[in-house]
Amino acid sequence: MTTPRKYVRTEDAPLLPPPATEAGITGWLWQNIFASMSDFQSLGAAIRSLFMILFSLLLVYLFIDQTYGLIDFAILSAVWSDPEGLKREACWTVQQGGSLPDGWHGACWPFVWAKQKFAWFGPYPSEELWRIYLSLIVGSIGLVWALRERLPYRRQVGVLMLTLYPLLAFILLTGGNSDASFTGIGVWIIVGLALISVGRMGAAGHLGTIFAEFAGIFGIVGWGIIALNVVRGIVALDFNLTPVGTGDWGGLLITLVVALTGIVASLPLGIILALGRRSEMPVVSVLCTIFIEFWRGVPLITVLFMASVMLPLFLPAGVNFDNLLRALIGVMLFSAAYMAEVVRGGLQAIDKGQYEGAQAMGLSYWQTMRLIVLPQALTHVIPGIVNTFIGLFKDTTLVSIVGIFDLLGAGQSAVADAAWSTPVQAITIYLYIGIIFFIFCFGMSRYSIFMENKLSKSRRH
Amino acid sequence: MKKLTAAMVAVAGVAFAASASAATLDDVKAKGHIQCGVSQGLPGFSNADDSGDWTGLDVDMCRAVAAAVFGDSNAVKFTPLSAKQRFTALASGEVDILSRNTTWTMTRDTQLGLNFAGVNYYDGQGMMVPTSLGVTSATELDGANICTNTGTTTELNITDFFRANSMSFNLVAFEKADEVVAAYDAGRCDVYTTDRSGLAAQRGKLTAPDAHMVLSEIISKEPLGPVVRQGDDQWFNIVRWSLNAMINAEEMGVSSSNVNNLKFDANITPAVARLIGKEGNFGEELGLSNDWAYNILMQVGNYAESYEANVTPLGLARGVNALWSDGGILYAAPIR
Amino acid sequence: MQQLSLKSIIYDARMRGYFYQVFILSCLSFGFWWLIDNTVTNLADRGKTVGFGFLSENAGFQISATLGTWLFDYNVGQSSYLDVYFIGIANTFLVAILGIAGATIIGFTVGIMRLSKNFIVRSFATVYIELLRNIPLLLQLFFWYFAVLRALPSKRDKIEIIPDVAAMNITGLYLPAPIIEPGFIYSVTAFVVAIIITLVMKSWAQKRQFETGQRFPVLWTALGLIFGLTMLTFWITGNPMSWSYPEFKMTGAILRRGFQSGSGMVLVPEMLAVWLALTLYTAAFIAEIVRAGILAVAKGQTEAAYSIGMRPGMTLRLIIIPQALRVIIPPLTSQYLNLTKNSSLAVAIAYPELVSIFAGTALNQVGKEIEMIFMMMMVYLTFSLATAAFMNWFNARVKLVER
Repeated sequence: MTTPRKYVRTEDAPLLPPPATEAGITGWLWQNIFASMSDFQSLGAAIRSLFMILFSLLLVYLFIDQTYGLIDFAILSAVWSDPEGLKREACWTVQQGGSLPDGWHGACWPFVWAKQKFAWFGPYPSEELWRIYLSLIVGSIGLVWALRERLPYRRQVGVLMLTLYPLLAFILLTGGNSDASFTGIGVWIIVGLALISVGRMGAAGHLGTIFAEFAGIFGIVGWGIIALNVVRGIVALDFNLTPVGTGDWGGLLITLVVALTGIVASLPLGIILALGRRSEMPVVSVLCTIFIEFWRGVPLITVLFMASVMLPLFLPAGVNFDNLLRALIGVMLFSAAYMAEVVRGGLQAIDKGQYEGAQAMGLSYWQTMRLIVLPQALTHVIPGIVNTFIGLFKDTTLVSIVGIFDLLGAGQSAVADAAWSTPVQAITIYLYIGIIFFIFCFGMSRYSIFMENKLSKSRRH
Repeated sequence: MKKLTAAMVAVAGVAFAASASAATLDDVKAKGHIQCGVSQGLPGFSNADDSGDWTGLDVDMCRAVAAAVFGDSNAVKFTPLSAKQRFTALASGEVDILSRNTTWTMTRDTQLGLNFAGVNYYDGQGMMVPTSLGVTSATELDGANICTNTGTTTELNITDFFRANSMSFNLVAFEKADEVVAAYDAGRCDVYTTDRSGLAAQRGKLTAPDAHMVLSEIISKEPLGPVVRQGDDQWFNIVRWSLNAMINAEEMGVSSSNVNNLKFDANITPAVARLIGKEGNFGEELGLSNDWAYNILMQVGNYAESYEANVTPLGLARGVNALWSDGGILYAAPIR
Repeated sequence: MQQLSLKSIIYDARMRGYFYQVFILSCLSFGFWWLIDNTVTNLADRGKTVGFGFLSENAGFQISATLGTWLFDYNVGQSSYLDVYFIGIANTFLVAILGIAGATIIGFTVGIMRLSKNFIVRSFATVYIELLRNIPLLLQLFFWYFAVLRALPSKRDKIEIIPDVAAMNITGLYLPAPIIEPGFIYSVTAFVVAIIITLVMKSWAQKRQFETGQRFPVLWTALGLIFGLTMLTFWITGNPMSWSYPEFKMTGAILRRGFQSGSGMVLVPEMLAVWLALTLYTAAFIAEIVRAGILAVAKGQTEAAYSIGMRPGMTLRLIIIPQALRVIIPPLTSQYLNLTKNSSLAVAIAYPELVSIFAGTALNQVGKEIEMIFMMMMVYLTFSLATAAFMNWFNARVKLVER
């Protein structure tokens, strides 16, 4: 008997669930963990699988061990409060004269709480702290606004953050009222105006055709002088704020000031240096190359050491810069050299046709750079720029070597305080500082990755 | 563009610049404060507390000069310096006084372009060892590993001591005292050497302070004192006499608690009258006001007060730092 | 007429270039002259002189036993400040070279791990990179130093790594030291000659392969040549080198117990910690560079390699890495330079490198800031430029492969 066979399906085949190795948690586990360690078909594959198993186990063990060690030190075993105001005795073992069991090893957080203000703001007067808070709040709102997508007026806010905000922060933090003679400022502004009008006249051809060529420079210099002196004038105004010299700044405040100033100033400087290095004028290109390679070649420690203690030797007797400003200039030049190399990488990536196209359109050198080349080059290297920023942020720790109390410097000086001296004093504060640095740098690196993804997406079009 | 930037930097710099002349006193008066170089943290000598205020014997030295110059002991700013930066910082004009437990030695006096204005603490280098080693004398230390700070005389002294006794040793020199203590505590070294005041101050950072002992030998003379630049005698005198005034005041029994009464007391000895500016023209000779020493005593106190507030809590008795009349060697030139 | 020629000069881009360059140069020369003039005046005011005479003076401080003190045979009171300078350089270079080697290996490994298909391996690499590169190096230096110290047994105890040959305790890692006798130079010469022959042979073999298709076993011949020739010379000249093994004693005065100085060689824990910190920190950056470099190679390259039957290992070695190197090398150079410069942080944990002993201890004794800082900067600059030059040369070679 033959049964009739049906070759034609009358309904759809049922949808089978995907194999266990392809979907769901098991699938994920299989693909990401077990696939690489379960191939025993040949000797080589078996060895590789075995190696992967052992290696993975080792990594898991290392991770758990380290994490547990950290959690135990920082949370489980830690002393959290010091209600009786014992200071160091709160974190002493019996052997040392305290009450904790011998062999105890944990963080001494009350020490950090006590040094909190110092670690964040240094010796900044407590009653004036609102000024720091205000500048920080305005700064972070502005920053988030300028960096967030889809917010209105992003560009404008960004420009304000680069121009008005530093001025505002400077006045808030120092109290303004710097000594500068208003007559001097007035004279300078008049000089600036005069230069601009000479430039205008020249450009119009009233002062000869040759001069017309150079008239543009007068305008730039004139506007520069005016802008500078307006800033000087505003800073010199009396806002009725208690002056706080930079000697009284410290901690995270210094770290932020140094890093942000370095970041903001190093970009334009770096662009100029990078353009200079690629210049066709041999003197300019050689000088820029020497400058870049010099700064990249020496350790920041020595740069800061020179800036802070040797600079007075190089300047006429009596001219004395603010200590912080000197370190700032050192950091700025140092990071500008690094930035220049990053930007140069971007410039090299630009197709030659872009330059030629711009030239064919009759654009001048600066126009080519400003309108065609730099916008493309800079977007290419945004990740590199952010990485330089991260490096700079961490490098600010070195200013503590020249006696400026940045976050790490403040921490180290806190460690020297005998009122809190315990064996765990240093580890605790270093842990705390490490966490703060991690938060900032990690945040920046996430932003860099976000930008990288966004850019690579837009390039794919 | 480059030139413009350069010009902007230059002008911005001038905005911060303060004019000054060769004379430190005029310079300081123009600034409105004294810039004082201190250590990055040495309990008892210069130490920043929880709120960042500096205290200590060396700090009081600077406060005394500020009180003498401005009549305000707070007109002073502190620059924490590492041992190796300190002389460069002073020579370059970065600080006006270096009051940073600095040992007075001949090379420093002659080669480095510095002048020591006096001695505010007579120290000596000591050695700390774990009791478990069973060592009782420094001459048994042959073959030891020794931890100390870099850039100080301790490095030279310990080398001399071991060479003089023809013993071998290995030196591990750190930049900051905290790391020295931590490394010694971890067992990296058999011996921790620094000034005896430093040993006392750092002891609290050891895991088991009682398991360590300080050897009785003092292997060096360490007269610590404030330092100024060479070639400015007026400023040198101000610092020297500020120190002398504090020591003399202790000797005469003038302190912050009674100096105000003494000022309005007719029955004071001529020496006290000279000290607090009721007699003579001593302050003006220094280029200061005549109540210079009064201000020091009023706001900082005499040497004993400063010592008791700062150094005594470390468990260090006056010892050689007592007045000559009490068996010590503190002996200040008289104000007359 | 004159007007016109002047005009033509002004509109000539070349002439204009000359004008700007002369202008910049004169500004710069004036600036330098001004700085030097100021410095001279200031130094004169302070009664200081400039000169390098101090270099021949005797240094009166002890330096912890390291490669430098061994190389230059440091003796307190007999060695000069110039010796201190060289010791500093030797120690800086030692840690820089070891660090570069270590960071490259770990960096490449972690970078490839980051791209692994295995989740555990991949996330471990990610955590490693994110953690280490976002925390300042100085903190990591402290961490590793005290971690190393805590992990090791005390001075009068040891962990044997290879019994009687290599051991460790808190005073360092003890290894046998070579004792070189006269005549050893012949073996070194033989070694160099063998390498030169190998290089010549390699290019000959390559040429022959291109022309005839026949392969020549370069690797084995080279190994045989290098080892064989060197060992043969060594044997003929009468074994002019012996080993000094570290000696561990538990008798005698208590401070004398432990490893005996003068036997074997020691790598101090400070050096190990600096090395560890620099290696692991820089490796995190190198890993990111490697990852980016590998990702920059188009996926089609791998697929094409597989389709002509290459195995994964071969694909990685012959297809991906050579192409990735072009992207990797320029930033890698920067990392090497960074590592070298970062070694100056070692002063914090008592490793006697250049900044610590020369620009620190010695500067403090003689007070010649300008001369000494200048000498120190020269070392770093030379090293940087040399590294940069080497890597540029290497980069050019790698580029040529592309055709």
